[in-house]
Amino acid sequence: MSSRYKTGKATQIWRSATNHMATGLAVLSTVLVVAPLIAIFVYLIYKGASSLNLAFFIKTPRAVGEPGGGMANAIVGSALLLGIGSLIGVPIGIASGVFLAEFGRGGKLANAVRFTADVLNGVPSIVMGIAIYSLIVLPQKHFSALAGGVALGIMMIPTITRTTEEMLLMVPHSIREAALGLGVPNWRSVLSITLKTASPGIITGCMLAFARVAGETAPLLFTAFGNQFWSANLNEPIAALPLQIYVYAISPYDEWHRLAWAGSLVLIVLIVLSVSLVRFVTTRGVLKGAN
Amino acid sequence: MGVGIEVKDLNAWYGSNHTLQDINLNIQPNEATALIGPSGCGKSTFVRCLNRMHETNPIAKVTGSVRIGDLDIYNDASPVEVRRRIGMVFQRPNPFPTMSIYDNVASGLRLNGFRNRRVLDEVVERSLKHAALWDEVKDELKKKSGASLSGGQQQRLCIARALAVDPEVLLMDEPASALDPVSTAKIEDLIFQLKSQYTIIIVTHNMQQAARVAERTGFFLNGKLVEFDSTHKIFTNPRDKRTEDYITGRFG
Repeated sequence: MSSRYKTGKATQIWRSATNHMATGLAVLSTVLVVAPLIAIFVYLIYKGASSLNLAFFIKTPRAVGEPGGGMANAIVGSALLLGIGSLIGVPIGIASGVFLAEFGRGGKLANAVRFTADVLNGVPSIVMGIAIYSLIVLPQKHFSALAGGVALGIMMIPTITRTTEEMLLMVPHSIREAALGLGVPNWRSVLSITLKTASPGIITGCMLAFARVAGETAPLLFTAFGNQFWSANLNEPIAALPLQIYVYAISPYDEWHRLAWAGSLVLIVLIVLSVSLVRFVTTRGVLKGAN
Repeated sequence: MGVGIEVKDLNAWYGSNHTLQDINLNIQPNEATALIGPSGCGKSTFVRCLNRMHETNPIAKVTGSVRIGDLDIYNDASPVEVRRRIGMVFQRPNPFPTMSIYDNVASGLRLNGFRNRRVLDEVVERSLKHAALWDEVKDELKKKSGASLSGGQQQRLCIARALAVDPEVLLMDEPASALDPVSTAKIEDLIFQLKSQYTIIIVTHNMQQAARVAERTGFFLNGKLVEFDSTHKIFTNPRDKRTEDYITGRFG
């Protein structure tokens, strides 16, 4: 027998050393992943927190040189755009994910849909903006919140579709059989059993898609366009936090630079808050011992 | 009350694989019938043909006729209707993981649109009592997930779930094969009690189990029903040499 099977002193030291090394590497990787996030957050607070005040949240932008003013219209605008985007992206994304996993499995149409979703996922966001510009803005002859929301919504679809599909496929076959064996029609079983079992993962997918498009600037440049004034009209150009940050950040004015930092901080905080809120609401009813 | 089952010229395929060949047998009401045989002999396929679960696989095919009571299940009813009358318990316990114990038992009725809370409460209690699980879970019915129970409890939960829709026949596909001996004994006791109200068909790898719970036993081999007789006859004096070889442990 080789010495590998004996546990002499040297072997024990060697094992303990490799164990510590592996643990150390895992910790190091974790730090490397989390560090940039924390660094960004700390830097944003350092640069932006001082410009945050009540006016930032309740006032619209002022002209250059005038002190004060805020981004209230951009905050509301972003909320509206993301609302429209989610209304489009979430139902279509989940429905096509359900089709891929449950009804079209292995079929030609399913393969085409899957391929399209993957390509759509790879389309640069600026191209999405131009596409919506020519599809909605040009025929309407004006920029609009609606066009911006549609652009964001379409960008959400592929992520949601693919995560929904993956999550549904992870639901054990035995669970589907249990439902069918009870005399539950297939459509009902998919809606009430399979989708429900997969819902934590599907919600994560939706949140990822949401967080990703919440910070998008490029697809809004040609669609929502931005607006220095109050507007909640879906048929008019509308302000959005990323757009406002972009305009302020490339301006030559120090006051605007400070506001851009504050806007970035608010954007990140709002994204974290909304994602946590959704997670809190959707996990409240979870039972002891489930999953 | 249970009903009898009459199977005539049943053939089943998975793709080009002819898994069941010309099966004919009559199953008596309110008895437990055991199906034994080596792995891949077709006994699981057979029970899955009795509630039309076989055809949920897209490459599967069935011919022949199965009458359950007075219902010709392949000609007079949809698969969904058939499965409501014929309950099934699977090899591995498969409670719905996102549902509480209560919701698991109520699921069959609820998913078919039944909402009356008082009746549901009654059905849940009665089914859990029938499945000998009530005393262990009654305090945490709505708080605990079905998946948090032990394996044996989960399997009895699945039995309760199947009983809640009030089937006439209960199909059990190796219901104790993933359980420890104590849980297995509980399931066998349960089968003994349930016989008075349901017709039970149990697939098992365990010949002692068949001998303990079933009045009649069928022996399957290579997709054919070799012998079907009273359990006593099969285990003491089988007609067919292959049955004898199998029960004496010469193969399988």
